[in-house]
Amino acid sequence: MMITGAELFVKALKAEQVDTLFAYPGGQAIDLFNALYGEQDIDVILPRHEQGLVHAADGYARSTGKVGVCLVTSGPGATNLVTGIATANYDSVPLVCFTGQVPTGLIGNDAFQEVDIVGITRSICKYAVTVRKREELAAVIRKAFLISRTGKPGVVVVDLPKDIQREYGSDDYPEEIEIRGYKPKLSVHPGQLKKALETLNHAKKPVFLVGGGVNISHAHSEMLKLAEMTGVPVVTTIMGKGAIPTTHDLYIGNLGIHGSYAANTAISHCDVLFSIGTRFNDRITGKTGHFATHAAIIHIDIDPASISRNIEVDIPIVADAKTALLALLEKAQKLDTEEWLEQIRQWKSQYPLSMKTEGLTPEKVIRAINHTFDNAIIATDVGQNQLWATQFLELSEKKQMLTSGGLGTMGYGFPAAIGAQIGNPLKDVIVISGDGGMQMNIQEMATAICYELPITICILNNGYLGNVRQWQEMFFDRRYSSTCMRYRKSCPGSCNAPTERCPEYTPDFMKLAESYGANSIRVTKENEIAAAFENAKHTLKVPTVIEFIIEPEANVMPIVPPGNALDDMILESGDKGI
Amino acid sequence: MKKRWICLFVENDVGVLARISGLFSGKSYNLASLTVGPTEDRTVSRMTISLTSDDRTFEQVKKQLGRCVEVIKVVDYTDIAIHMKELMFVRINNCSDRDIDGIFKISQVFQVSVIDYSPETVLIESVHTENCNNDLIALLEKCYANRIEIVRGGSVAVETLSIAER
Ligand SMILES: Cc1ncc(C[n+]2csc(CCOP(=O)(O)OP(=O)(O)O)c2C)c(N)n1
Ligand SMILES: [Mg+2]
Repeated sequence: MMITGAELFVKALKAEQVDTLFAYPGGQAIDLFNALYGEQDIDVILPRHEQGLVHAADGYARSTGKVGVCLVTSGPGATNLVTGIATANYDSVPLVCFTGQVPTGLIGNDAFQEVDIVGITRSICKYAVTVRKREELAAVIRKAFLISRTGKPGVVVVDLPKDIQREYGSDDYPEEIEIRGYKPKLSVHPGQLKKALETLNHAKKPVFLVGGGVNISHAHSEMLKLAEMTGVPVVTTIMGKGAIPTTHDLYIGNLGIHGSYAANTAISHCDVLFSIGTRFNDRITGKTGHFATHAAIIHIDIDPASISRNIEVDIPIVADAKTALLALLEKAQKLDTEEWLEQIRQWKSQYPLSMKTEGLTPEKVIRAINHTFDNAIIATDVGQNQLWATQFLELSEKKQMLTSGGLGTMGYGFPAAIGAQIGNPLKDVIVISGDGGMQMNIQEMATAICYELPITICILNNGYLGNVRQWQEMFFDRRYSSTCMRYRKSCPGSCNAPTERCPEYTPDFMKLAESYGANSIRVTKENEIAAAFENAKHTLKVPTVIEFIIEPEANVMPIVPPGNALDDMILESGDKGI
Repeated sequence: MKKRWICLFVENDVGVLARISGLFSGKSYNLASLTVGPTEDRTVSRMTISLTSDDRTFEQVKKQLGRCVEVIKVVDYTDIAIHMKELMFVRINNCSDRDIDGIFKISQVFQVSVIDYSPETVLIESVHTENCNNDLIALLEKCYANRIEIVRGGSVAVETLSIAER
């Protein structure tokens, strides 16, 4: 049968089992929307901004394990996706983004709403392609889904010129497709694996360093089994957090520039560092020359380019985390780690992660989230709010965290939560955001209202772009340059502290939430936290915004100052380091 | 730091050259030359790339190229025997009769051809290794300073059959 390109597009989505499409219309996509009209099997979600749209698709993908699918128009619709594409790709989230494009005959003419979105996104996605012939359309879409979800998952951009959407052609959609330049590794090298296990078995002070790869390949239970079977303690990166339950005896904590003292110190002292699914990003290594200097390093990763790039490793293994873990489970044995575990417990109790200040602290808010919700997805924004969340959130098989790790995109949290709630209607979805980041995609409140999403949105309002302010306080002589959110033109020129005379915060988040029709609660005291969450938990069909007025100058501690080794941390505000 | 050679088989599609050259610029790799053309299979293009880098960066370059969906095969030509040639044209302007005599002598010694000629201008075609072309340029620049124009094509390379030398 002959069908239009737009009809084939819809057929392809169904064949790929796409049940939810995040989409914003426009002239060069109108035929595609027309083909979607009345479609029963695909929920088409209309956000309020394409950036919110792509973060929502990202949150949907991370929380369901399915491919997130976006559809936008050409030009501004396409360029509004850019930050979200980079965000998702950096964290290996599978997305397929369809962009409308001007007709092939007009490409290159500076036509109305023409941009070279393939050229713009080439370096921030896994694959980008403009469909140039109607007969290629089916194969290109099939390829896009395959590339996006396999190997190291990532973003694929498919640019669809309008004439191809309208042109009639075959209705065939291929099941199998061969891509000669793309062969993700499916197996694991047995020799390397054997070497890795031999090295591990001789260790006295071993550590598993677990990155996002374990979460991406859904290998939580395998990871937990391996840790328990071997008795080897686990350190995670921010992206790996939750790979084993954070309350487990073998869990030490996150490492990195805001990692826990015990985790960073364990890395610096361990004799075998068995790392899985991490790329040794500069946020986790500190000064690379001083990273895990006493350890033989084993590194499993699906991406060969991640191996021995930042940190030279001794035993490289290219494999998917789950495949490798399953193979390891067949041969792994119990190690005698009691003494080492005791040492780690000491480090943990010596400098536990905790905020010492009285009153309403972010730690108390996050611990209340831990107590209130047991089957939940928590999306964070970026900044201090995110770092506190990564320190204090308890995660497990039933509690997952979504966070922009690689790119650190402010404005990610709230729209990602929208996608997560759409994909997981039975779970509680909570956002932990700063006052700055919340304003970067606040328009999505309308989306949450329209789709009746009972998300709980926690705004930790410190009145500052807190993360940057903290750096200014610690490393730039308290020169609070462009970080105060209360600033008015009439303020004195240079300011380095909040005072009694500071202007009112704007916007009033409560009134703003109300204007959208959301439930809103302002919390200013510690003893109001529990009631606020109970209220939110029992509010159905509309989001609840809880604004927590926290101390303006609260800091994220400990911190590894720039250029320091991992275990050379400042533990408390005002300390000079250890 | 060392000069390296890569032979790359890629999809013969729009945008692939941009993807490859963009990878080099985006990641600050030091690209020296890149040539590309179709192969006996019209859907495949073959590139010859040279760059200067240390060992670690070069490993990254190969891995990053291998990651590209459009790249079919990456072959390291750095330490294997290959035939490598570069096409170069050199135009020498404002020549006196003595200059022209000299150019004909140089072309004999360097085994290059004079392929075109007008009373004051000579055009040389050289098909040699990159190094040999460098030497020729150095000599011509010395003899005919500020009067030469150079058009270099970049190197193409292929594995040797029975010869061990390049
Ligand atoms: C889109 C974007 N712009 C700028 C930054 C740099 N940045 C990182 S954290 C931060 C401050 C965030 O402030 P807020 O949202 O209030 O969170 P807080 O740190 O106060 O918890 C900024 C500006 C960023 N990460 N992303
Ligand atoms: Mg803030």
